[in-house]
Amino acid sequence: MSDQTTLQEQAIMDDIKISARNVQVHYGDTHAIKDVNVDIRDKMVTAFIGPSGCGKSTFLRCINRMNDTIDISRVEGTILIDGEDIYDAKVDPVQLRAKVGMVFQKPNPFPKSIYDNVAYGPRIHGLSRSKAELDEIVESALKRAALWAEVKDRLSAPGTGLSGGQQQRLCIARAVATAPEVLLMDEPCSALDPIATAQVEELIDELRQNYSVVIVTHSMQQAARVSQRTAFFHLGHLVEFGDTGDIFTNPQDKRTESYITGRIG
Amino acid sequence: MTDPSPDSPLRPEHGSLLTQNARTKRRNAAEKRFKYYGMAAVGVGLLALVVLLVSILGNGLSAFRQTHITVEIALPADTLDPGGNRDIDDIKKVFTFGYAPLIQAALVAKVDALNARPDGMSDREIGALISKQAAATVRDHVLANPDAIGTTHRFRLLANGRIDGYFKGRVTMDTAERDGNVTPAQLRVADALKDDGALTTGLNPRFITAPDASDQRPEAAGLGVAILGSLYVMVIVLVLALPIGVAASIYLEEFAPKNRWTDLIEVNISNLAAVPSIVFGILGLAIFINFAGLPQSAPIVGGLVLTLMTLPTIIIATRASLKSVPPSIRSAALGVGASKMQSVFHHVLPLAAPGILTGTIIGLAQALGETAPLLLIGMVAFVREYPDAPPEGFFDPATALPVQIYNWTQRADPAFVERASGAIIVLLVFLVAMNTVAVLLRRRFERRW
Repeated sequence: MSDQTTLQEQAIMDDIKISARNVQVHYGDTHAIKDVNVDIRDKMVTAFIGPSGCGKSTFLRCINRMNDTIDISRVEGTILIDGEDIYDAKVDPVQLRAKVGMVFQKPNPFPKSIYDNVAYGPRIHGLSRSKAELDEIVESALKRAALWAEVKDRLSAPGTGLSGGQQQRLCIARAVATAPEVLLMDEPCSALDPIATAQVEELIDELRQNYSVVIVTHSMQQAARVSQRTAFFHLGHLVEFGDTGDIFTNPQDKRTESYITGRIG
Repeated sequence: MTDPSPDSPLRPEHGSLLTQNARTKRRNAAEKRFKYYGMAAVGVGLLALVVLLVSILGNGLSAFRQTHITVEIALPADTLDPGGNRDIDDIKKVFTFGYAPLIQAALVAKVDALNARPDGMSDREIGALISKQAAATVRDHVLANPDAIGTTHRFRLLANGRIDGYFKGRVTMDTAERDGNVTPAQLRVADALKDDGALTTGLNPRFITAPDASDQRPEAAGLGVAILGSLYVMVIVLVLALPIGVAASIYLEEFAPKNRWTDLIEVNISNLAAVPSIVFGILGLAIFINFAGLPQSAPIVGGLVLTLMTLPTIIIATRASLKSVPPSIRSAALGVGASKMQSVFHHVLPLAAPGILTGTIIGLAQALGETAPLLLIGMVAFVREYPDAPPEGFFDPATALPVQIYNWTQRADPAFVERASGAIIVLLVFLVAMNTVAVLLRRRFERRW
């Protein structure tokens, strides 16, 4: 993307979905995120990579205010989604989380039926007026999560009875069902085998059509495969952020280079 | 690092695997010994249980059977209804004293007809074969059916406690010699009545339904008021302790900030669980009766006191089961935009329900068997009147099962030993039933997925 014109630059600037400025996160006395500035574009997959404990998951959880549930955490700075400060006192995190869906590291389906797992979000947000509409939402969410074909005959079976990969896709379907605009994924494949991982990665690529996806991953190959933009975190700092191709082939920072070549991490 | 030589301490010499070395032998012996200790401990526990059950069942099962004497009693109009107009208020003026001679005369006639009266036995002694309770039984029947006056009616009346004891093996000819309340001659008359078929020993449902009776008539004493009182108390405990306990636990576990105050509350709840139950009784006496002015001996006060006692148990059990719900479920719910309360009520609480129910039923079972606090608030009273239906009945005097047991063990007549053991059997049946329900509920909820 080196030959962008000014016009295209402008278009991309308009396309910014999430904009973080001077974000600091403290867990008690620990300064977990230090002064992070990042612009995440719409309809793209952005990968956060970095060694364990570098703060990439913490930063991800700031985007839907999941850190609020931890008593000792403190977030400073501003994070704008569509130009609105999500840490504004007027923002209800519950409403925010309907707009910013999340998929967790470990598949965590509710111990309910497959149908109820997907239908839960639309139900509590009142997205459907009738049973038929809800059925439609569930079907389309499961289709989008590439799970429909496998479960369409046993929607009333428990979600916890599925295999690990299916469970994770069920969680993705559950997140998609609430019609979010941003999808956060915290190491979604770390508990999956290679085949399930490939399926989920394929799915992430599909999801890019409709959502802005932010994915935290430990696997650099995965980041290279699925993302268009990559951010490298180290010790709470955002070290480098750019197009995935550039980060992996031509890192500007020595630390990034060391990490992707396997010397730190 | 150089390779260790064969005799280096880093590479010990292993002997043949086919023989145990000394160290292995010692460890195996210790393991075996420990297994025997464990079996011995279990054995001691089982033995204690067996001894307890055998002694209680041996003493108490006979309380569920009772000896009755069937006699034809004439109900003359001139003594029972002097006015002659069958006015129920007039009939009520004849007290049980008026009925006792009728019963005695009927039994004397019966015994004489059988030719069973020993030499020198008075009518009074024959009349004493029938319980003092019988006059009230006959009077109640007459009051319920005034038309029976002037006719002869067949009554099945309770035998005296000693006669009953004779047919249950508690009283023998030898003990009767030394007993001021019964003579061997009376026992022989009873034998004659039994041979005739007038005296029978059969099932005694009135042990469960009848109210308590005074010291002189153990044969009439029943658990009706105690069971009803215990039931009322349990209803109050369930209705108050479950919602309060669960609400407190949910707040403390899911919503309350973790600070010094909540730590203090947590420690104090644990302390409350360890407070001796009699202290709760004193508290109930001081606050609910003396300060709030609630009636003594009432199930409402017993229920309130036992609620206080049960709350810590329920709170601790509920918090433990809330804690055991994996946090990933909470994250999942919050992640799709559920509010805190939705995540708790839709996801966490259903998963914690089996634990909460088990804790509640264990708490209730504990409250059902609790005696000491009830003694202090007056539920140890002698109560012959059934409490009314709730809610008014919550304020009527009543007693409770464990208190009734305590009460009966205080009485002098040995027949009450049998009654107390019988009441213990009833209490144990209730406790076992409650624990069974707890186990079944837990199974049912856990099997959902």
